[in-house]
Amino acid sequence: MGNRMRYLPLSDADRRDMLGVVGADAIDDLFVDVPQAARLDGKIEGLPDHMSELEVERRLGALARRNMVAGEVPFFLGCGAYRHHIPASVDHLIQRGEFLTSYTPYQPEIAQGTLQALFEFQTQVARLFGCDVANASMYDGSTACWEAIAMARRITRRGKALLSSGLHPHYISVARTMAKFTGDDLNVQIPALTSATDANELLDRIDGETSCVVVQYPDLLGRVGDLSELAARAHEHGALLIAVVTEPVALGLLKSPGEMGADIVVGEGQSIGVGLQFGGPYVGLFACQERFVRQMPGRLTGMTVDAEGKRGFVLTLSTREQHIRREKATSNICTSSVLCALAWTMHMTLLGEKGLRALAAINHEKAAAAAERLARLPGVDLVNESFFNEFTLRLPVEARPVVRTLAEQGVLGGVSLGRLYPGEESLENGLVLAVTETVTDEDVEALAEALEGVLA
Amino acid sequence: MSINQGGWKPTAPEAGAAETGTFTGNRALMLEQPLLFEIGDTETTGVDFQARSAASETRLGGLERNREIGLAGLSEPEMVRHYTRLSRQNYAIDLGLFPLGSCTMKHNPRLNEKVARMPGFADIHPLQPADTVQGALELIETLAGWLIRLTGMHSVAMSPKAGAHGELCGLLAIRSALEARGDARAVILVPESAHGTNPATAAFAGYRVENIPATAAGRVDLDALKSRLGPDVAGVMITNPNTCGLFEPEMIEISRAVHEAGGLVYCDGANFNAIVGRVRPGDLGIDAMHINLHKTFSTPHGGGGPGSGPVVFSEALSPFAPLPFVEQSADGYALVEEETAGEHHGKSFGRMVAFHGQMGMFTRALSYMMSHGADGLRQVAEDAVLNANYVLRSMEDLLDAPFGASGPCMHEALFSDKGFGGGLGTLDLAKALIDEGYHPMTMYFPLVVHGAMLVEPTETESKAALDQFIGAFRSVAERAKAGDETLKAAPIHAPRRRLDETLAARKPVLVYREPEQAEAAE
Repeated sequence: MGNRMRYLPLSDADRRDMLGVVGADAIDDLFVDVPQAARLDGKIEGLPDHMSELEVERRLGALARRNMVAGEVPFFLGCGAYRHHIPASVDHLIQRGEFLTSYTPYQPEIAQGTLQALFEFQTQVARLFGCDVANASMYDGSTACWEAIAMARRITRRGKALLSSGLHPHYISVARTMAKFTGDDLNVQIPALTSATDANELLDRIDGETSCVVVQYPDLLGRVGDLSELAARAHEHGALLIAVVTEPVALGLLKSPGEMGADIVVGEGQSIGVGLQFGGPYVGLFACQERFVRQMPGRLTGMTVDAEGKRGFVLTLSTREQHIRREKATSNICTSSVLCALAWTMHMTLLGEKGLRALAAINHEKAAAAAERLARLPGVDLVNESFFNEFTLRLPVEARPVVRTLAEQGVLGGVSLGRLYPGEESLENGLVLAVTETVTDEDVEALAEALEGVLA
Repeated sequence: MSINQGGWKPTAPEAGAAETGTFTGNRALMLEQPLLFEIGDTETTGVDFQARSAASETRLGGLERNREIGLAGLSEPEMVRHYTRLSRQNYAIDLGLFPLGSCTMKHNPRLNEKVARMPGFADIHPLQPADTVQGALELIETLAGWLIRLTGMHSVAMSPKAGAHGELCGLLAIRSALEARGDARAVILVPESAHGTNPATAAFAGYRVENIPATAAGRVDLDALKSRLGPDVAGVMITNPNTCGLFEPEMIEISRAVHEAGGLVYCDGANFNAIVGRVRPGDLGIDAMHINLHKTFSTPHGGGGPGSGPVVFSEALSPFAPLPFVEQSADGYALVEEETAGEHHGKSFGRMVAFHGQMGMFTRALSYMMSHGADGLRQVAEDAVLNANYVLRSMEDLLDAPFGASGPCMHEALFSDKGFGGGLGTLDLAKALIDEGYHPMTMYFPLVVHGAMLVEPTETESKAALDQFIGAFRSVAERAKAGDETLKAAPIHAPRRRLDETLAARKPVLVYREPEQAEAAE
């Protein structure tokens, strides 16, 4: 015994006193239930001893410097994660200890801060998506998407889901993984490099066994397609329409999926308030129409009153959840992504409707200008007719090595479809580029010149 | 809200003055804050944008939004005040001891926050070419190495997003392994004392769940377990240390029996904090275990996540682990994804999340592990267990400790409300602790003990902090045993009194509606 590391307040004298109170001679006496064969005495092979704060910072800083930072180069990646400017106040506020170091609000009398913010978050998500209600967050967009498919199965009591080819292939992979075990039948195809979405093909494939149609909006290639007809056809056949939004900023300019008849709208909230962070943590958004609320997964915050009649908030409808219903719960989710949801709601509050519309307009204009510039390069075609801040180019050569060469030149020039659909020859020349407010005219010019050089 | 008709008054205290309301509804530093939608509007924004050229033609496919969304905005000072005021209505570890059993609410070091925000970790995209993210991949691989060594297991899946997601990862691997040997089985056994996520996860993975009973000493009933094992049992999910705060002394025997019957052993690692550095789960014969980085390894809980739940695997289950994962070769670090998996990892059950897991939590957890080192982590477990036993032995003369006679507890101490007077129960004691300035312990869990109170102080509490907590705990316990009716009204000093949860569930109001809309909906 004898460490007094900086995170451990007990002194050796404290430990001796406390062992006395407990009636133990040594700390080993408290581990008597551990079988002899499993007791670890002495050091663990291959792990270092404790380090000072300075030393840890130095070593991890060296690792951090070995990565190419998005903000330091011309940067055009999207496909489910978007680089937007996050106002400084957001990161400051989520680091307040009362938010950062609190637990899931099981004791509402001393958790009104998180609960009220979540109630506001639910309202913002529901309104943005055009739905009646939203939950207090899921892990990310991909897991929210699977939960929506599972929810549609519970509601329709059918197991055949129709997935748009424009849905993010990683989201499809996640659903496929789960479907292998639940027995759901997933109907999936590979996208085509065309200007139109696959809505027309989907329409023909909806039938009386379909539980849901899952459509990304805008889709993976950046295309924007009307969902109204799909919703109507799905409803005619007793199926649900699930819309997936991976770039919620788009809804500052675009009609919401709910307005067009979607029953469940899920999304990846990362682009508002949450940074890129190499893929996580992100925040899954989950909204639906009111009649389905009792089939929803995840935490829900509701309004109520306290013993003095004052307005307050609590976690509610928890009879859906694992800690009450156990094996009959709507989902196994417990810890979700509340701090990211708080960052999301704070950023959205700062934007407001006016700011969100302005942000969306800037994104769209910049993307339109960049698309026009890049489509002028010899041999390069713009696939999209419609898009928000992300579009697909068809290059005259395979895109994946081009992306690698651009990176060597210090330009992070988009996501190749070869990375997302390895081995699909029909897609290998496709390059998806996202252009947000963080991209400058100089960045676009740098990309255009570098790309022209690589293609020459 | 009532208007103070008296106007300005001197602040000298008067008898009974504390009971009168204020003009604002505030009480000095306890500040009421209206809803965002009551103070903001759709024309206000707290973000300035550079001036733009006149709007050009849009390319939105004719789907321009033509209705208002209804998103209220605030200027920056109003927004900062809104959330700062809200934050002050929360309890937090930063404010005091947070003895929520099974949740390991330990201090969250701020170095971790600083490291996670280094641009080299925070500002990189998950789909960047591997050559541009070698430092990030090395960090993931380094953390994986720590987890493997600390648990004595064979491999680790890093992508699960939280504990329950890790459970799912483990069960999907178990099911894949059994199906691969042509021996699909239908049942998962779960002790009665398990976290609710265990049975929910088993059902989510397509299994039927059966309970196994506990002994009077609060452990898994080995004989009952053995008698239930058979060709239909895919495996067991066991929490160790268990939710009664006790180590399962027969864990090696349990694993052996399950393996002999052809099943596999999942361990819920929520309570790993009690044994880190002192016991390697791999030496207990388990096949899979998730590790809550947001418990044992100090990443902040954030009011309900984000967490992170890597899963360590035995050699038998490793081939079935999910994609993607990081692999080191002579050329550096690479991500093994669907396309490269076929060559040497064709049995993987597939992808669980869009990208590579909770990178922001990995940076924090590794920062914590390096700070403690192998020596410090062992001390973490020892101090956590010592603190819990100190609470147990300081309370058991007063409060019923159902397994107090079973020997020392691990990192949490279990009590019950047996012997409370006047119809009072665990809830009343918990709410009284709020008035004493503490977050209550976990209530009514585990289910095997009536009126359970599960207290986990963690190792980051000083002896002085524990002594004060014990004093408060004893005080409210004495009142509860004496049947003190006033406990029924607790808390009285919190931002809210007890909230009507029945009303919330009977007439759910899950989003804000403007008063006119709300009336129309009635």
